[in-house]
Amino acid sequence: MTIEISGPVLHVAPSPHLSDVRLTTRQMMLDVLIALTPAMLAAIYLFHGYAVKQMAVCIGACLITEAICARLRKRPMPLGDLSAVVTGLILALSLPATAPVYVGVIASAVAIGIGKMAFGGLGMNIFNPAMVGRAFVMIAFASALGAAGYQDAMSTVDAISQATPMDAYKQNGIVASLGALFWGATNGSLGETSALACLLGGLYLCIRRTVSWQIPAGVIGAVAVIGGAANLMNMSSQWTVTHHLLGGSLLFGAFFIATDPVTSPLTPWGKFVFGAIVGILIMALRFFSGYPEGVMFAVLMGNALTPLINRWCIPQPFGGRGQTKIAGGKG
Amino acid sequence: MELPAIAVRGKGSFNHGIHPPERKELAAEAVIEVMPPPSRVVLPLLQNIGAPCEPIVKPRQKVAYGDMVGKGKAFVSATLHSPINGIVQRSVVTTLPNGRHLPAMVIKADGDQLTGQALWEDIYGGPWPHDCRAIYAPDTIAQAIHKAGIVGLGGAAFPTHVKIMPNEKLDIDTLIVNGCECEPYLTTDYRLMLEAPRAIVAGALLAGRAVGAKQIIIGVEDNKPRAIESLMISAEGSDVQIAVVKTKYPQGSEKQLIKALLNRVVPLGALPSAVGVALSNVATVAAVARGVVRGKALTHRVVCVTGAGIVQPKNVLVALGTSVRELVDYCGGLREDAARMVAGGPMMGFAFTHMDTPVTKGSSGLTVLTRDDVQRGAETACVRCGRCVDVCPMQLAPTRLAMAARYKKWDVAERFSIMACFECGSCAYICPAQIPLVQLIRAGKATVAAAGKK
Repeated sequence: MTIEISGPVLHVAPSPHLSDVRLTTRQMMLDVLIALTPAMLAAIYLFHGYAVKQMAVCIGACLITEAICARLRKRPMPLGDLSAVVTGLILALSLPATAPVYVGVIASAVAIGIGKMAFGGLGMNIFNPAMVGRAFVMIAFASALGAAGYQDAMSTVDAISQATPMDAYKQNGIVASLGALFWGATNGSLGETSALACLLGGLYLCIRRTVSWQIPAGVIGAVAVIGGAANLMNMSSQWTVTHHLLGGSLLFGAFFIATDPVTSPLTPWGKFVFGAIVGILIMALRFFSGYPEGVMFAVLMGNALTPLINRWCIPQPFGGRGQTKIAGGKG
Repeated sequence: MELPAIAVRGKGSFNHGIHPPERKELAAEAVIEVMPPPSRVVLPLLQNIGAPCEPIVKPRQKVAYGDMVGKGKAFVSATLHSPINGIVQRSVVTTLPNGRHLPAMVIKADGDQLTGQALWEDIYGGPWPHDCRAIYAPDTIAQAIHKAGIVGLGGAAFPTHVKIMPNEKLDIDTLIVNGCECEPYLTTDYRLMLEAPRAIVAGALLAGRAVGAKQIIIGVEDNKPRAIESLMISAEGSDVQIAVVKTKYPQGSEKQLIKALLNRVVPLGALPSAVGVALSNVATVAAVARGVVRGKALTHRVVCVTGAGIVQPKNVLVALGTSVRELVDYCGGLREDAARMVAGGPMMGFAFTHMDTPVTKGSSGLTVLTRDDVQRGAETACVRCGRCVDVCPMQLAPTRLAMAARYKKWDVAERFSIMACFECGSCAYICPAQIPLVQLIRAGKATVAAAGKK
């Protein structure tokens, strides 16, 4: 027997009964992809097929890894939320054009498998998955990912036949022109070369409030202050604070990597502190480490400090910390 | 019309908050209609925060419109009056939208009833003097409020005589009258500000005198320019100021409104009186005016019946104790796609299904939402985007509180001030992961409160 229900069917649910349907996790991921478009286009313009291949390999490998892990954990397929695409794309854009296919695949598998799914999937990981994957291959395949790996003198693509600006300066003291760093006509990781592309995408994300402006502000602010101070102390240096800001993956890192909400603090003040710490670590690594660039390790170290920052930056409730009593409702 | 500058010290806004779709247009132009008196009313003996009242009439006794039928012994309780001429029946147990089962007095209509324009005139019509301050002493006003059984009509239903009374221990310098009506959909207060502004101004003057306020401010959101104009005309020549505040949810929450108007911050856990403020809703002060000037009790109220799920959205002046079924029928019934009935507005109101629940003093509205309105995606993981932190008007970290409650980490919940949450719903509205933040926090608050009492 079937019961015919006619008329309206009423349900109950707890308040609030409205929700902002425009805003979903998927939409936020889509925003990041939109924001990465200028960097993607710059990479394709500069590195041609190398860029297309790298992005395809990383995104594909990330999606496959996520699907396998979800199957193993018997969880619903999470591919629709696009987070694996974002991880894959950021990973690809942080790799050199010349990195072999197996490097991209292994980096992706580590990023998603160990960096994200092993912690419990989206929202649970402590470290930025793309950077976990990149750090793994950087250490495992030092020659492919080291400064020399970026260069291939035999390549027909102009950018790849040069050294990266950061490395050229570190090894030989050759200073790249600011124009080249700004427009991006240099060698480097796929997405990092054009400061302009990173700024465009980064501003879009900040305006859409998909990322919190406090993080890039903290990173860029710290780098500017330390770089400026270094400038003043060592006037002869040709690598100025502007080179520090436009060169390497600083802007790419500040806007797209450090801003991963999962691995950065929750409160506005905490975000700024996090950004500043990452900026300080970047400069420390640039000055004192053997690597020409330090964004990746700086972000990973910042991620490790996030729980601590969250502990320090408990927001002050409106009205201060009074006695705990139920606040008044609407008048 | 040019909006007047705020004559007060606040910025006209508070930190954080959200902008949900207002949907006020559904009922904003519907002139308040007087609903014909029902054949019987069901009056719950507890319609306010505090203690219930006890019946002072017996079954089969005849009562007239306005007669007192219930009286509370406790200080924080309210008296109850019959909204119709009728005969008292055997009492019943009724269920309110919030799920509470309460004993209720039933009165069956008998004889002629005041209705239509005559009822409107009796409640809101006629002259409302501005010089009432000279006539009524503060004590007289407080007693009249108590006798009239007035409670906060904005939804909280806190007995008004407890707030609006002379108290030498408190130094109240400002009376704020809340005309924000920040809940989406609802237009109860808006219509009242348009149609009975003089009663509101008179009530504000009386309430201000009772608490000894030096300034009286009616705060209205800037999305209601006609209400502002109407109040300004009515307040001309009196001490009542009209202040325009920004349209933002939850602007009508008392702490947020005090911040917006006076730039004063009510300490956590304290009442507005701690910063020298008494606060009341526009409908409440209109009832105060009626209680003091005319000696009439609170027997009717304006209810906004609205939402895309109701055939004909209306603002209705209705007898307390009228069933929701009759109210809905009066507005043409529910539409086919109605999916949720909410007592109050969609942000803080209670969803309910039993159509026999009566209209009470705290029924500020009835919002009927459709399937499309209440659609929500499945819950996904929190990515700590921090949007809930960005919108929380109490400046809390809702996702922390909700997760602490979900995983029973009560020390974390208390460290992040879970009890400061007043469940406005901003966080759950904005959450991209569709996490039921408010519900989790609500449950957490109950546990923390229970642990605190032990």
